Amino acid sequence: MTVSGTPASTDPASVPHLDVDPFDMTFFADPYPAHQRLREAGPVVYLDKWNVYGVARYAEVHAVLNDPVTFCSSRGVGLSDFKKETPWRPPSLILEADPPAHTRTRAVLSKVLSPTVMKQIRDRFAAAAEERVDALLEKRSFDAITDLAEAYPLSIFPDALGLKPEGREHLIPYASVVFNAFGPPNELRQQAIARSAPHQAYVAEQCQRDNLAPGGFGACIHAQADEGAITATEAPLLVRSLLSAGLDTTVNGIGAAVYCLARFPDQWQRLRDDLTLARNAFEEAVRFESPVQTFFRTTTREVELSGATIGEGEKVLMFLAAANRDPRRWDQPDSYDITRRTSGHVGFGSGIHMCVGQLVARLEGEVMLTALARRIAKIEITGEPKRRFNNTLRGLDSLPVTITPA
Amino acid sequence: MPAITFIHPDGKSERVETSGGESVMQAATRHGLDGILAECGGNAMCATCHVYVDESWLARLAAMAGDEDALLDGTAAERRPNSRLSCQIDITPELDGLVVRLPERQV
Repeated sequence: MTVSGTPASTDPASVPHLDVDPFDMTFFADPYPAHQRLREAGPVVYLDKWNVYGVARYAEVHAVLNDPVTFCSSRGVGLSDFKKETPWRPPSLILEADPPAHTRTRAVLSKVLSPTVMKQIRDRFAAAAEERVDALLEKRSFDAITDLAEAYPLSIFPDALGLKPEGREHLIPYASVVFNAFGPPNELRQQAIARSAPHQAYVAEQCQRDNLAPGGFGACIHAQADEGAITATEAPLLVRSLLSAGLDTTVNGIGAAVYCLARFPDQWQRLRDDLTLARNAFEEAVRFESPVQTFFRTTTREVELSGATIGEGEKVLMFLAAANRDPRRWDQPDSYDITRRTSGHVGFGSGIHMCVGQLVARLEGEVMLTALARRIAKIEITGEPKRRFNNTLRGLDSLPVTITPA
Repeated sequence: MPAITFIHPDGKSERVETSGGESVMQAATRHGLDGILAECGGNAMCATCHVYVDESWLARLAAMAGDEDALLDGTAAERRPNSRLSCQIDITPELDGLVVRLPERQV
């Protein structure tokens, strides 16, 4: 695997063309055979359906993520090229930005969501997880998506941000629009954007300083404007990043972990025998299910990647989920193993754009799985799980379960 | 190739042969060493590859950047004057024989 600035005289036609549509319902229903096809076709492929390059092997996904100068984000991390099309919303100052602009905004969010801050919120997040388990033990039978994977982050994250109680029902629908909008102009994207106005209005309003409670993440971001780290007009847009990417992602992450542990009772038992595995059980679920399936980059110059020449201004689709199960990188990639050494998976991305909220996600996952495993002996799936379809996010819409108290 | 000695909290030591162009964290995880978690994969975001560098080696390491310094304030085990993130220590031939101690915990 090489990234080179001096392209060899490779024949562009040597890049295999595939007819796979990675944003199609049948693909979403079972992406794994297609992921394998994409990986095996070559290190770089071309998807005729949307006229984009694709990388699905670990080495190339990792290489693209770690070369932000060649594979930029400022032209959008979805299919839409911001140089050619007007973005559906004002671009993100962090996700859809390149250095040096990105470096400044990234530093602000890193500070607001640092390991030191996690230590301060940990007890609060753990207590909320215990309360959630109390409620679930009362019910015994419930929907593990609505009543657990959604209910838990909703019970802590909006408060941690400092949001008002009113209007929070817009949060998950707004995130759903954001992640659908990274996809191609298919029905999912068109409909999501068409219905987005009320959610956008809510989010724009809540990002304003006056609407954010003191001490929360949102207020901390605005306080960075006082320090001169960002301008007062940038602060609301950075708050928006947490509203866009901080909730639905952890809903799908926790949902993935519960779905894994319910499907693989041997791993559930291992976790119950050793609660210190909770954090890695969550991490492995992020690798195994990859709640964020894909992101795009745009080439800033002609580049050679693993023997393929890609011209300037081309969109490159990174299959994070396929990289996370690439047998070239992982032993038994298709098994969920809570003792696996997960370091290096790209479920949170890699490099300068790696999920800035990863510590919040891990904290939520760890304390939730710890509380569940300590007090619940068994989780049984009692009905057909229903999938929720989104152009970027992979997760369930419902997962009926019955639990047995420990 | 340079070798690094990791000393576990229980006093047990482990010698790891490194390959060229990797960090102390990468050498540790490649050898499956317990005690280095490296959740963020070496992107300087998580502080779970914390080590205490043997005092005699400390001055020979490249100075730490501001982001590493900030992350070290959030380590799970106590921060000491010789605390470093092992993902930020690139192994050079001069570091052959480097000794680092592992903290009690990383999270």
